[in-house]
Amino acid sequence: MSYEETLHRIALEDPRVLVLTAENRAPVRGLPSRLGARFIDVGIAEQTLVGMAAGLALAGRVPVVHALAPFLTMRAFEFIRTDVGIGGLPVKLIGFIPGVLSDGNGPTHQSLEDIGLMRGIPGMQVFCPADADELTQALPALVAADGPCYVRYTTLARERDYQEPVLPGRAEVCARGQDVTLLAFGALLPCAEQARAKLEAQGLSVGLLNLRWLAPLDEAAIARVALESRALVSIEDHFTSSGLYPAVTEILHRRRIPTRVIPIGFERWFAAGRYQDVLEHAGLSGPRLAARVLAALEQKGS
Amino acid sequence: MNETEESSALERRALRARRDIIAMSGRGGCFLGAALSCVDLLVYLYSELLRVAPASAEDPDRDIFLMSKGHAVPALYAVLAERGFFPAELLERHLQVESGVYWHPNPSLPGVELQSGSLGHLLSVGMGLALDARLRGSPRQVYVLLGDGELNEGSIWEGLLVAAAHQLSNLVAIVDRNRLQANVPTEVLIPLEPLADKLAAFNWGVVSCDGHDFSSIGRAFAAAARESGRPSCVIANTVRGKGLPSLEGRTDGWFVNGHVPTLLAELERATQRAPRRSLPYVGEFEAGGPR
Repeated sequence: MSYEETLHRIALEDPRVLVLTAENRAPVRGLPSRLGARFIDVGIAEQTLVGMAAGLALAGRVPVVHALAPFLTMRAFEFIRTDVGIGGLPVKLIGFIPGVLSDGNGPTHQSLEDIGLMRGIPGMQVFCPADADELTQALPALVAADGPCYVRYTTLARERDYQEPVLPGRAEVCARGQDVTLLAFGALLPCAEQARAKLEAQGLSVGLLNLRWLAPLDEAAIARVALESRALVSIEDHFTSSGLYPAVTEILHRRRIPTRVIPIGFERWFAAGRYQDVLEHAGLSGPRLAARVLAALEQKGS
Repeated sequence: MNETEESSALERRALRARRDIIAMSGRGGCFLGAALSCVDLLVYLYSELLRVAPASAEDPDRDIFLMSKGHAVPALYAVLAERGFFPAELLERHLQVESGVYWHPNPSLPGVELQSGSLGHLLSVGMGLALDARLRGSPRQVYVLLGDGELNEGSIWEGLLVAAAHQLSNLVAIVDRNRLQANVPTEVLIPLEPLADKLAAFNWGVVSCDGHDFSSIGRAFAAAARESGRPSCVIANTVRGKGLPSLEGRTDGWFVNGHVPTLLAELERATQRAPRRSLPYVGEFEAGGPR
């Protein structure tokens, strides 16, 4: 079932649910006719979008809010932090084309800061599904939860069977390994899986964790693999200054686990283009990831 | 009660609220000028217009007042205390951390709907509340108090556009038009005039009033209530620091840590001298605008 179908079903079951958008209709194109007055388009006005959603939530509604990830989380950031965050209102923020999914759009549309910003709001869940299937599996619980959430929306197709069900705040252990464990999420999970296969073929024992939630992070799962593996690799389509990498190193530092963490992510905005070319150019395709991990493991002392 | 008696009852409430506001300014200072500028509007709203009371503070159909210019909160607290939402003694603990009474609205105090302080936020929040009320057929009316300096914020103009597009006729914005930003007159820094025309051009119903004259305020809200099919805005012409001649209209009267006995004596003198409105009458008009 598609995201739109799932959301429609949730809205039919729960009369509190309203669907809002700042004229970002791609994920919900069929809903205006099906939801009538419960579909609200405010036009290209992200601050008003979030403020209105906060007002609707104050009145007991559960607004599911759609906009492009960079404009939702950055232009409207203070409205999210203040109007939604302070009161912990149940506003559900759905960010379109996050991270590498902005492919050909260029730096204005690259949301490489959203996870850091949203994680910084106390009580905000941050869900980064690897594919549309994870997204639709998690959606009912996300909408039903008391507090706010931010979702990195994706339409990527599911490429594998799950080993573990999609549960709030829980990572999925895709594989365990003694030499190195890859920590990945979202659109880069398939790349990390390819990289893992390549590294295993070269004789390494390689684990893979699909994090799914970046807030709350599955601290126990990360600590466990950090004790099992000689090194971790944090893989993210986000700035490494504020994304997964500092979150993981903080956990290890707090728990006094001395395992090395190799950061792979962005330090600057990336070169835009076709999706596969973006991954290749940014060093995030499976083979490029495998080569980067190998090179890092061969470096001594860092 | 005839109109004169009603007005004088409101004036007594406003005088009492001004005394409480001045007392708060003596306990660590507050945004005194802004509070004195809008306090008559709040006295009118909570006495005559808003269907909300301590007993109905959780009623889903109660009317909503949102103070978007959050720094004027002493006026809200003084009026809420007078209306019985919480004991007036709480205000004597202004800025004591455990009291929860600080320089911007604290929604954990009874009667305070939402926090504010960062300008440009609560118009859109009010729009969400108004939209919810319309969707469920609630008689709820939503009132949002904006500062005129606050109209510098882009989110306000975004909200004005969207509220008109969604025809939120149960939404009333009130502009506390005291013509002073924090430090500089509005017309010197970022001119707003012709403000009524601007709002009318955004397809809001617009009415102006003397924001210190209860009968003028009453006529303006009555006109706003007659609007249908679009939101309305009451431009309340006010004086920052109203009631304290030494402060009135002064650009340095923004934040005041006052000597309470001196200020209270000044308030009593000014009230005796001009028991009715003391500012030059600015007139009323209703702007038309495209429908």
